[in-house]
Amino acid sequence: MILINTVTIGLREIASHWFRSLLTIIGVVLGIVSLVTMSAIVQGMENAMKERMVAYGGADKINIDQEDPPDYQEHKRDYSPGITVQDAYALKRNATLLKVVSPEMYVSRARASYQDKRAYVSSFMGVWEDVMELEAHVIKFGRFFHPVEDLQAKNVCVIGADIRDQLFGVTAPGGEPLNPVGKSININFRPFTIVGMYERMESEADRKKREYKLAMQNTRSGPKRESSFYSRGSRYWRKNNTIHIPLNTMWMKFRMASASTSSSSSRFSSQSSSSSEPTVYVPDPTLSDFDAKVVDLELMDKALAQIRNIMIQTHNGIEDFGFQTQESAITNINQRLANAKIIRGIIAALSLIVGGVGIMNIMLASINERIREIGTFKAMGATGLVVFLQIIMESLSLALLGGLAGIPASYGAVWVLTELLPNENTPIITSQALMIGIAFSACVGLLAGLFPAFKASRLDPIEALRYE
Amino acid sequence: MALLELRDIHKTYHLGGETIRALDGVSLDIDSGEFISIIGPSGSGKSTLMHILGCLDSPTSGTLRLDDTMIHDASSRQLASIRNKKIGFVFQFFNLLPKLTVRQNVELPMIYSGHSGKERRERAMTALRRVNMEDRSKHRPSQLSGGQQQRTAIARALVNDPRIIFADEPTGNLDSHTGELILEMFDQLHNEGRTVMLVTHDPEIAAVTPRRIEIRDGKIANEADPTLAGKAPRFEQITNSEAKPTT
Ligand SMILES: Nc1ncnc2c1ncn2[C@@H]1O[C@H](COP(=O)(O)OP(=O)(O)OP(=O)(O)O)[C@@H](O)[C@H]1O
Ligand SMILES: [Mg+2]
Repeated sequence: MILINTVTIGLREIASHWFRSLLTIIGVVLGIVSLVTMSAIVQGMENAMKERMVAYGGADKINIDQEDPPDYQEHKRDYSPGITVQDAYALKRNATLLKVVSPEMYVSRARASYQDKRAYVSSFMGVWEDVMELEAHVIKFGRFFHPVEDLQAKNVCVIGADIRDQLFGVTAPGGEPLNPVGKSININFRPFTIVGMYERMESEADRKKREYKLAMQNTRSGPKRESSFYSRGSRYWRKNNTIHIPLNTMWMKFRMASASTSSSSSRFSSQSSSSSEPTVYVPDPTLSDFDAKVVDLELMDKALAQIRNIMIQTHNGIEDFGFQTQESAITNINQRLANAKIIRGIIAALSLIVGGVGIMNIMLASINERIREIGTFKAMGATGLVVFLQIIMESLSLALLGGLAGIPASYGAVWVLTELLPNENTPIITSQALMIGIAFSACVGLLAGLFPAFKASRLDPIEALRYE
Repeated sequence: MALLELRDIHKTYHLGGETIRALDGVSLDIDSGEFISIIGPSGSGKSTLMHILGCLDSPTSGTLRLDDTMIHDASSRQLASIRNKKIGFVFQFFNLLPKLTVRQNVELPMIYSGHSGKERRERAMTALRRVNMEDRSKHRPSQLSGGQQQRTAIARALVNDPRIIFADEPTGNLDSHTGELILEMFDQLHNEGRTVMLVTHDPEIAAVTPRRIEIRDGKIANEADPTLAGKAPRFEQITNSEAKPTT
């Protein structure tokens, strides 16, 4: 009760010097703007980097790569099979620390067509079901192909959303999204049945852009134009233009069969390798890419050791493979984020200190002007605590006004920033940043008011009344 | 039992080696319902005495009792509460808050005593009516004449229904006619049964009050006995005592 009334006296004081109060508040406003804007920039960076990480496949991804055998195994080079389908099966069966084993076999320059429509295909690959987890694909329509279809090398495929858009259009005549499952398309002149389609992958900004364009298109009369919604450089573009078929289908039907008596193929015909055997024609089993994911990031080192043990077996004891993980990339990203956060902290702290000093200065001047008034308050029965709270509340109100004014100002600043520097790290204002901003301005108000309020509360009533 | 009881009050200031005895052994009893003036030359310690009586200041030594509270060893919180509820002040320079309206100024003591907004408004208006200021309740102090400002200050002093009202040179900043009006107002308050104490250096003003206390060099020099004095002011006596050379 007493508090509320003294607060209104304080607010009246602020209002009566509105111009001075405005100038004082600007310091806090700038502090909050720099805090919120820097947070938004860091948030934008973080989001972009997270998206990039997702595009990479995450921190738990292991890329298994062909390498030259070490010097001491140089003489056995010809016995090394390279990374083959055999390795994939071996890891799938034996590597208990891996949750994903995803072999990939590409054919470059694939062409897909449906009736008279042709689609650009960014990647056409033979895969296992594990690819969905690795690439974070989600089935939108239909299903992924069954292991039996893989075993039998059936001509079935799962397509990305952009492939559908190119071949069939975005929407069915009814207006709902078009379901391409069951349709038969040609890929490199072989007929394939679509059994599934992936959900479209896109960033938040891309989704908004696409929906907007779609709305514009729908209001436009005349023939519909099909267009890809984002540039080819876009991170998700490649994923949305993918066609996946069973690994065995790719291996059996798209790989050139090569006459080979080398160890790599002989191991698939029979385990006993002997040069006297007749020439066997086997399609090249080499994988284009081979990725795995560890069950738990903590177990990364053990998983790598396990992979090594298993692959040493399939590679006849030759260590002609290596691993790449995202560890270095992640530490790099985290380092950059940490730096940005430190810079944000320093800038925000500096500008809030400046704002706080401004408030303290004005509060000191204000109580100096009002010494006789404070004497009167005390003569009328105000305790030191009441005077203290009144001054603190004045300073707190000033700072909070600054904080509140800082919110629209921050939105303005972020808008200007995005207009000036349009890049993928779009700054994002989070409600958390706003709340922290308000909390900080309140702290600044309290701290800045502390000393003036203490000074005012300790004034001797007589000296205050006598003050000229 | 007297309302206020002072025993051997001393107040000394130290200014760079020099000791100033603003009050030098003052003993005094004030009964409820008295109308008293404190008179004396400039620097004699009148204001100092009034501040101690009004619990704004504490004596260097001596005892002071108001009602049943020993003021000299009360905490500053207790003193604030006593000032708020039992004492009303009227100052020479009015001391109104320029940013508040007349009514809000009068409400101020009730804010510290925690009255509700409605009660504050009602009691403030009653007090303003008491000093004929109710039609100016929405004005700012700067829009009032000196006399009106002092009447507002009197309303403010009255509003918490204090045991005693202190006024330090309440007419010092007013012309003689307005001053008389203000004095009449104090006289009315006294007639209503309130305890009023005026500080002045003007014998004509002191003549109005039934009891006069003269201060000289921090001591009570002469106290005119109200029973002996009757209604007639004794100017000669006061003039004589003022004419005495100060030692
Ligand atoms: N804070 C202080 N420090 C030092 N001396 C003081 C202080 N306050 C008062 N005095 C001294 O105490 C003495 C009494 O002062 P006081 O204000 O009580 O006089 P007064 O009788 O009210 O005078 P006037 O009629 O001019 O108001 C004076 O000599 C004054 O200088
Ligand atoms: Mg004085």
